[in-house]
Amino acid sequence: MNTMNIYVCVKHVPDSAATITIEGKNGINEKITFLVNPYDEHAVTEAAKIKAAWSGVEVVAVCLGKPAAENTLRSAMAMGADRSILIETDRSHDSIFTSRALAAAIRSDGQPWIIFTGKESIDNEGMQTQFRLAANLGLPVATDVVKVDVGNGSVRVESEREAGTIDVVRMTTPCVIGVGKGLNMPNYPTIPNIMKSRKKSVRKIGMAELAIEKPATGMEIEELVPAVEQRTPKALTGSAADIAVQIVDILKNEAKVI
Amino acid sequence: MQSIGLLIEFKDGLVKKANFGMATAARGENRHLIALVVDASAGEAKASLEAYGVARILNISTGKQGWDPAVQSAAVVAAIAQFEITNLIGFTSPAGRELLPRIAARLDAPLIMDCTEIDLDAHRAKTSQYSGKTIATIALTGRHFIYGIRANVVTPKKAPTEAEIIDFAFEENRGTGYQVLETRSDGSGAQYLAESDIIISGGRGLKSGENFNLLFDCARKMNASVGASRVAVDNGWVPYAMQVGQTGVKVNPKVYIAVGISGSVQHFAGMKTAKMIIAINSDANAAIMANCDYYAVVDLFEILPELKKQLDEHRQG
Repeated sequence: MNTMNIYVCVKHVPDSAATITIEGKNGINEKITFLVNPYDEHAVTEAAKIKAAWSGVEVVAVCLGKPAAENTLRSAMAMGADRSILIETDRSHDSIFTSRALAAAIRSDGQPWIIFTGKESIDNEGMQTQFRLAANLGLPVATDVVKVDVGNGSVRVESEREAGTIDVVRMTTPCVIGVGKGLNMPNYPTIPNIMKSRKKSVRKIGMAELAIEKPATGMEIEELVPAVEQRTPKALTGSAADIAVQIVDILKNEAKVI
Repeated sequence: MQSIGLLIEFKDGLVKKANFGMATAARGENRHLIALVVDASAGEAKASLEAYGVARILNISTGKQGWDPAVQSAAVVAAIAQFEITNLIGFTSPAGRELLPRIAARLDAPLIMDCTEIDLDAHRAKTSQYSGKTIATIALTGRHFIYGIRANVVTPKKAPTEAEIIDFAFEENRGTGYQVLETRSDGSGAQYLAESDIIISGGRGLKSGENFNLLFDCARKMNASVGASRVAVDNGWVPYAMQVGQTGVKVNPKVYIAVGISGSVQHFAGMKTAKMIIAINSDANAAIMANCDYYAVVDLFEILPELKKQLDEHRQG
C-alpha cells in the first residue's frame, strides 16, 4: 500500500508577546523570539492524531522561511511530524507567492491526502494562504475548522463560521483544511520528543530548485508604522453610583451612542 | 470609469447597516458602484442602497439552497468577469472570511483583509499586523483588487441615486468537492460582535459565567453586545464566539467598556481601534488603565448594578 501523506504547512512567526521594533521602512528587528504560528500547532497535532488512527500515514511539515525557520520545523517534528521540508528564502513573501512555493514543494515531494494549514498567521494576519494553496492545487478547502473526521475518500469537518454557527462540510480528498483554535489541545513538545525530533530529517530546498514563476500579481508591504496609542486616560471618581452617572453621561453626550 | 463591486451582506432578510458605510467608502469620482447580491433580495438591496450612491444591483442567483461559499464565490467571480468589475469590497465578517479569499484565490488577485483604510485609486490599504502592534500600508498589484474592510470604519453618508437591478444567473457545472451538509447554530443568536456600536466585555474579574449576567443586564439597556477576554473563555465561563482579541473577534465599536479586564497585548489586538475605551477595574495598576479614555478604580460588583440602574433611568427619562 502506498503511504498516505499529510502535509502540514507551518509558519515561523514572532511570539505575540514580543516587542516589535520596526527597521527601515517595512521590516522588523528579527532578534526576538520566534515560534510556530499558534494555529499551526493545532494543525500538526491533528495530523499526528490521524496518523495514530490510520496505518501507512506519514506527516510532513512544510515551511517557506529563512534559515532560522528550521527551529519551527524542529518544533513541528517534536509535536508529531515525521519529517519536514524547508523552502529556503532570504526575505518574506506575500500569500500569492507563498502558496505557489508550498504547492510546488508538496507536488515535488509526493501525493497529498490531506493538507493542513492554520486559519491565519499571527504576524501578517492575511487569512488567505490556505485558499490560494487549494486553488493552486485544484483542491477543495475549508477554513476555521474545529473538528475533523477522516473517512475513505472524503473528510467531514466542522467549520466555525460565526458566533455559535458551525457549518458541517464534506470535502473529497485530497483537500486543504485551515484549522482554528477550538480543534484540539496542542501536543506541546516534551523533552524526549524534542530529542527524537533532532534525528528527523529537514530537507532543504532552494527557491531556484522549485522554479516558481514570478506572479504577475502581488501584495507588498510598503510601510510599517507602530500602532500609536494616543489615549489620555481620565479618571472617573466618587462612589459607584457617582461613577455610573458619569458613564451614562459620557455615553449619551460625548459618545452619543445611547 | 472604474466599476467598484460591493459584496452585500444581509441579516434576517435586510441589508446590514454596515453596507452603507462600505458604499460611502467606495464612492468617488469616475466610479460606478455595483452591489453584488448573492441569493438574497435584490429589491431590498435596491430600496436601501440607492440612498448611498449604488447605481446597479446585480441579482446573482446560484440556484442553490442555503449557504455554500464554494459556489457563491464562483458566482461572484463570474459576475466580476461579466461586468468588468476591477475592485471588489466586502467585509472581514464571518461570510467575508469565507468568500473573499476564495474569490481572490480563483482570480489570483491581491486581497487585503481587515482593512481600516482603503485607497481605491492608488490600490493601497492599511491593516494591522503583528497582533495589532503595527499598521501596514500594503500596495496591491494585479488586474483585480479585493478588500475586506473592517465593519464600521467609515460613517455612512447619503448620496441618493436611482439603481437598476440586473439579473445574473450562475450555474456551477464543475463539482467543487465541497459540500455544506448542514449548518448548526447553538441558538445563542448573539449579535455579531464586530458590528456592534457598543461592546461591554468581561474578564478575569467577573469570576464566573453566572456573573456575566451583570454585563448582559447592562448590555440590554443600551443595545450593546457582550464580549469577553481570553481568560473568561478559557475558564469556560462564556463561549469562544464572545472572545475579543488576537485569537478572537477583532472589533471596532464606538465605545468599548472593559470590565475586570487587565488589558493584555493580545486583548488590545482585538479592540484597540475602538473610538472610546472605558475601563472598569479594581486594580489601579492594570495595563488597560493607562491606555484608555476613561477609567474607574472600583469594584465591578458595586458599579454594574448602579450602571444598570442609571441606564434604566436614562431610558425612562
